[in-house]
Amino acid sequence: MEKMPKWADVVLIPVISLLLAAILSALVILAIGENPVEAVKLMVTGALGSTYGWGYTLYYATNFMFTGLAVAVAFHARMFNIGGEGQAMLGGLGVAIVCLYVPWPHWSIALLAACAASMIFGAAWAAIPAYLQAKRGSHIVITTIMFNFIAAAFLNYMLVNVMRPQGSMDPATARFPEAVQLPTFQSMFSTAENVMFRGAPANISFFVAIVACVIVWALIWRTRLGYEIRSYGKTETGAVYAGISPVRITIIAMLISGGLAGMMAINNVMGEAERLVLNSTEGAGFIGIAVALMGRSHPFGVFLAAILFGFLYQGGAELALWTSIPRELIVVIQALVILFTGALDNMVRMPLEKVFLSLRKGG
Amino acid sequence: MEFFVTLIQVLDSTVRLATPLLLACLAGLYSERAGIFDIGLEGKMLMAAFFSAAVAAATGSVWLGLLAGIVSSLVLSALHGLASITFRGNQLISGVAINFLASGLTVLIAQSWFKQGGRTPSLFGGGRFEPIEFPFADAISGVPFIGPIYSELLSGHSILVYVAFLLVPLTWWILFRTRFGLRLRAVGENPAAVDTAGVSVVGLRFAAVAICGVLCGIAGAYLATALQAGFVKEMTAGRGFIALAALIFAKWRPWHAMGACLLFGLLQAIALRFQNIDLGGVVIPVQVMDALPYILTVVILAGFVGKAIPPRAGGEPYVKER
Repeated sequence: MEKMPKWADVVLIPVISLLLAAILSALVILAIGENPVEAVKLMVTGALGSTYGWGYTLYYATNFMFTGLAVAVAFHARMFNIGGEGQAMLGGLGVAIVCLYVPWPHWSIALLAACAASMIFGAAWAAIPAYLQAKRGSHIVITTIMFNFIAAAFLNYMLVNVMRPQGSMDPATARFPEAVQLPTFQSMFSTAENVMFRGAPANISFFVAIVACVIVWALIWRTRLGYEIRSYGKTETGAVYAGISPVRITIIAMLISGGLAGMMAINNVMGEAERLVLNSTEGAGFIGIAVALMGRSHPFGVFLAAILFGFLYQGGAELALWTSIPRELIVVIQALVILFTGALDNMVRMPLEKVFLSLRKGG
Repeated sequence: MEFFVTLIQVLDSTVRLATPLLLACLAGLYSERAGIFDIGLEGKMLMAAFFSAAVAAATGSVWLGLLAGIVSSLVLSALHGLASITFRGNQLISGVAINFLASGLTVLIAQSWFKQGGRTPSLFGGGRFEPIEFPFADAISGVPFIGPIYSELLSGHSILVYVAFLLVPLTWWILFRTRFGLRLRAVGENPAAVDTAGVSVVGLRFAAVAICGVLCGIAGAYLATALQAGFVKEMTAGRGFIALAALIFAKWRPWHAMGACLLFGLLQAIALRFQNIDLGGVVIPVQVMDALPYILTVVILAGFVGKAIPPRAGGEPYVKER
């Protein structure tokens, strides 16, 4: 018997966890001698008060949607993919190779090719940990952590020794040609008399991310493969009894997860920087963990959580600009969200379950 | 002779760089042997590094700094215990949260207290752990071979280095020769059996997590007050994860942990001293040295060089009523 109604599980618990994280964050802001109410006001106007702010919020949200979906798909197969960061780095490498070394006639074809390349590179980076988990039983968490560091060293090598243009000191690739520049929100939504999203990095990748959310939803809940992934995640023995191969599901789920994390690169590498730099991912792979936990591993939840974190990111940047609160405040908020929605889930859940049980007895 | 001098210098720096790895690795050893996975070693070290440097800078006493570092690391340990033992949450997610918490809070507090862009003031005098010179170190430094080994390699480290290496036999003795150690290992393999014997699973696991906190605290304090003079943002630089790698490499055994940490320390020392290594035409880029600990760990994890089997109940919250 369900201990509490479904809406409480899907809505009430995340909201309470989020409130707890928000209260603690406010205490942290108070403790360093700033006003939390003023801080929130500044964040809202900075991130949501103008199309410029929205342009940044949605740009960050696009990154987090991809990495959040990546973590969510792995969660459905009961795996914890901490390697989103490394997979996104490799995705960036794939995008850079496609954009630099192939003369594309039009951005739309280039975007398709970049999507494919980033997916393949990201999935390839997830493939080895997936194989080791499935065949040799090495723990996916540890191997994906190790692969993040290996990816960082590999990318460093590629940028410093191989892809850096002659004569440049900067460890980065050359700028991508103009033909592969993605349309930004500014060019898509501005009219002659009314310029919107001026200078903001949000671009067409945002819509690709939304499509990815829909596809992941369909995959998980409307296909046979998705059913197999979910049943494997719920009970491994049951899945095996039903004829589902653990090796196959583990590897496929991780490939999809790695591919999604890699696809982030079409936004940050192709859409924004237009070249590959060191640390282009800026920790977005890890934020995917918080996003997936908050979104309860559902694509729509991931969509909402990604926008919330996009808001936090842009708002946090504004805070750092106008107050003495450093950007690291977002990292603290992110940690608290992971803590309350992930690790301390039972702390919120257990008392709530008691409340609902007593309500049911009373009624 | 020049080669010998270089060798001694590299080994000397190996010992310095292996010390924080060793402390963190032993910390993880206690925790994981008791069945609590801890990927938050990095965060605990970072927190301890900041608080030890901050208190040492404010009071001028490195010992008070060490104490503050240990306490701050213990607070994070308690959080990890609360989440993963009391509320039976996911230990890995809790570890990730602790890492981010430390990485954010240290800069936030450092900026608020010292206003130097997320760092503490430089430590000097009593605010740092000074090197300890062995007796007669100066006198026999001129003796060939033995002199440099004694005076450069063995003598002249801070006290925490010697503490770290003495902790290896101590850990072995505690784990394999005491009743507490037997119970600690049992609770990581089969907590139900320990519970049946009337010993508290929760108590043992909290004890292990607390020991882990203390050792991570020392590791962090070593980084900020002995290896370097003060805290800088993200100064642990992935050492917590290298320690984790060393722990797997050592297959959760104390003496092997020392070997693994010395090996990874040597890799760091070589990468620090030589950038790209030219081996008669074949150049090994410095990035290979950076990635080598992780690659080796993956190879070990893959079971190609002997299988690394973690404690059986590791990562599983213990539920009494079944």
